[in-house]
Amino acid sequence: MTNNSTPLLQMQNIKKDFFGNQVLTDINFTLGAGQVLGLCGENGAGKSTLMKILFGMDVIRETGGYSGDVLLDGQKIQFNTPFDALEAGIGMVHQEFSLIPGFTATENILLNREPQKKNFVSEIFGERLNTLDYKEMDRRSAAAIEKMGVKIDADMTVNNMPVGHKQFTEIARELSKDQLKLLILDEPTAVLTEREAEALLASIRSMAAKGISVIFITHRLHEILSVCDQVVVMRDGYVVRDVPAQETSVSDITKWMVGRDIKGSAAVAESRDHVDAKTILSIQHLWVDMPGEIVRDVNLDVKEGEILGIGGLAGQGKLGIPNGVMGLYEAGGTVTFAGKEIPLNNPRQCLNESLAFVSEDRREVGLLLDESLEWNVAFPAMQIQEKFLKKLLGGCVKWRDEKAIHGVTQKYIDALQIKCTSSKQKAKELSGGNQQKVCLAKAFALEPKFLFVSEPTRGIDVGAKTLVLDALKQFNRDSGVTIVMISSELEELRQTCDRIAIISGGQVAGILPAAASSEEFGMLMVSQVK
Amino acid sequence: MSKKVLNLARNNAVPIMFVIICAIFIPMSGFSTSYLLNEIITRMGRNLFLVLCLLFPIMAGMGLNFGMTLGAMAAEIAIIFVADWQIWGVPGIVLAMILSIPLSVALGWLCGTLMNMARGREMITGYIMNFFITGWYQFIVLYVMGGVIPILHASIQLPRGFGIRNTVSLLNMRQYLDDLLAIRISGVKIPVLTFLVIGMLCLFIVWFRRTKLGQDMRAVGQDMEVARAAGIKVERTRILSIIMSTVFAGFGMVIYLQNMGNLPTYTGHSQIGMFCIAALLVGGASVEKATIGNAFLGVILFHLMFIVAPKAGGFITGDTMVGEYFRVFLSYGVITVALIMYEAKKRMVRSRVGQELAAAQKEGEGAQ
Repeated sequence: MTNNSTPLLQMQNIKKDFFGNQVLTDINFTLGAGQVLGLCGENGAGKSTLMKILFGMDVIRETGGYSGDVLLDGQKIQFNTPFDALEAGIGMVHQEFSLIPGFTATENILLNREPQKKNFVSEIFGERLNTLDYKEMDRRSAAAIEKMGVKIDADMTVNNMPVGHKQFTEIARELSKDQLKLLILDEPTAVLTEREAEALLASIRSMAAKGISVIFITHRLHEILSVCDQVVVMRDGYVVRDVPAQETSVSDITKWMVGRDIKGSAAVAESRDHVDAKTILSIQHLWVDMPGEIVRDVNLDVKEGEILGIGGLAGQGKLGIPNGVMGLYEAGGTVTFAGKEIPLNNPRQCLNESLAFVSEDRREVGLLLDESLEWNVAFPAMQIQEKFLKKLLGGCVKWRDEKAIHGVTQKYIDALQIKCTSSKQKAKELSGGNQQKVCLAKAFALEPKFLFVSEPTRGIDVGAKTLVLDALKQFNRDSGVTIVMISSELEELRQTCDRIAIISGGQVAGILPAAASSEEFGMLMVSQVK
Repeated sequence: MSKKVLNLARNNAVPIMFVIICAIFIPMSGFSTSYLLNEIITRMGRNLFLVLCLLFPIMAGMGLNFGMTLGAMAAEIAIIFVADWQIWGVPGIVLAMILSIPLSVALGWLCGTLMNMARGREMITGYIMNFFITGWYQFIVLYVMGGVIPILHASIQLPRGFGIRNTVSLLNMRQYLDDLLAIRISGVKIPVLTFLVIGMLCLFIVWFRRTKLGQDMRAVGQDMEVARAAGIKVERTRILSIIMSTVFAGFGMVIYLQNMGNLPTYTGHSQIGMFCIAALLVGGASVEKATIGNAFLGVILFHLMFIVAPKAGGFITGDTMVGEYFRVFLSYGVITVALIMYEAKKRMVRSRVGQELAAAQKEGEGAQ
């Protein structure tokens, strides 16, 4: 590539906030034609948001757009839909497959761009009755597969393909578009085997040699070093480093990804030792089939009275653990609680055993959105433990004890500083952070012996975060409840937990005390990424 | 090998069940082979076109189109007009088909639009639509015809001066299509022209699958979101599939009525959807996959059962009514069983994923 030509892509001062929550600040980088750019950063660093802006996804426009300029070939661009982006020559391969299961690779590669032949019916009724030109389809898909450089069977239907081939089909689909100039690959190797990943890297190199620029997002850092020309590291919505790939190393990138300024980060929780405490929950060989969060083989012991953190990158299985243990997704293995084995796939049994779970999915699983706060807080306790009920006529009639319900709700509203007009307000009228607090209050009202908290601070602001985390700590200290907290934010785990287990590739990669350095955690996070 | 047989049996449980039922009932009924053949051929000509029109919505992933009845109603209105204008024979049949098109398109569009709003519950929506549109149909036939739209011939009008009689005679149209090129092979009448029309629809379906619209329908049927992301107009495609189904159902109803030779004005369409769907399911189709072969096999088996059941019921209990009940019970039963089996199969596939995961883990342990 000649140096005096304008670079293919320029990002200038990109800023984006979601309702006041700043997720991208002053993003600047440039990418030349035929160059490969590796983009890395922790979850929530803003990579996906940045790519969504570039690809013109609806969510960006719906949440108020962005500021700053995106220049393609020196021209300022503003995409309203992904179709505009495709038109301009940007292709994207998402983490989730976007393929029609019953179609062959060829049909998927050319989906909605099939070459057609006119016939007399279509002359009358319009183009959609054109017949497909199967010969031409075969030729074009073969050309795209050839361009990719990895051999896949064009006539195999997608539901019969191994995962890797699905990924390659997606890539071939992007390559079959003639106007393609820039290809975004969002963690394409996450689902590939070692050998398939090698093939993919080779194919990225050959694409680049043909003049197509690639933005390559991955958590496998050695891959970045082996194929990229340039590495951009993001953290907390900033670009922290933009360096040529030859001048850096895996440990450098890890440090930039997770390492925060010491001053900026809150104090690490005082680590308590629970070595002598008895094991309250023991997980052996757990597998969970949760879409996107597959747990393969987890062995984990939780000591009584501690707060155990579970961290790891998205999609590595950390969310699958509580969902599997509590029976919300198909699971297998053995889980022993307080010396008794609890059956899996049976949520009621778990609740009876006095385990509680605050789900990451608070709108779907966590709350009765159309009911009052009182109902939300008291309902599970009433349903499971028959609390807040007055028994009349020797227990034949059970009456709600409105006064007790009101009392307990008020207590938690005060303790957690839930912002609401009254305890009778409907749950859906509260903000996200306050809804999260109601979820916690609900779990607290159960007075469990053991509590799973999944992503307690997802989507809430910094002030509310501290409050929620403090409330969890308080609850642990005062009532001696064992808490397992799952979070994608390492910092908040370090502030709250005694020990932190890192899940990688569906397995426990290691358990470290909260005081361990960010680099150690970072290495564990990427250690078994498959 | 035995596993293969078992799988084949499991995947075709419903047709196999019906083959067995028919095999038991045929000797009991005591009908002669030539009588049965004659009946089956007649009923194939009468019903196949109607059953085939169900294939389009299944292709688009909208399940069994209970809303096909709307097309039948459109055809009935068209045929009342044609009967009133005294245009008989094949020209009358063709005119009725043409007249039904605008009504079918309008009703199909309405039905498709509503189904887009009630995504995932297309079948029940279509079923309830029947009741709703039946109300309008009755309003038109009972009050508007003769009241607002002049009806020329008293023979089809109610004596009170407006509204249509309970039965409209189509005697001058009866089996005109069937008889036009009919041939007889050892006493069995074969309505060649009707079968040619059906054959043309089959060819059209085969050809249609290879068109852009057909490809889009299949894509939408399998994954709406992926299709949308690829730029296919999902809503429009779904509506088109319902419109096509409704229009062909209208044609099918005209063929059905010319074979019957009279139109029961208020009840003619009420069971059509149910019986066609039952026939298709008996042929081994499911909610998401149906072929032309399913339609042929289904019509043969379902109607064979229909013909022999009353006689066989009479043979067993001495009461023909029992057989009559039995066949109604069976047709509803088939729909229920087929829908349940479809759900169960889906669930089985899902839990298999989990089992595979467990197996993979065990292998992993073994390796360690």
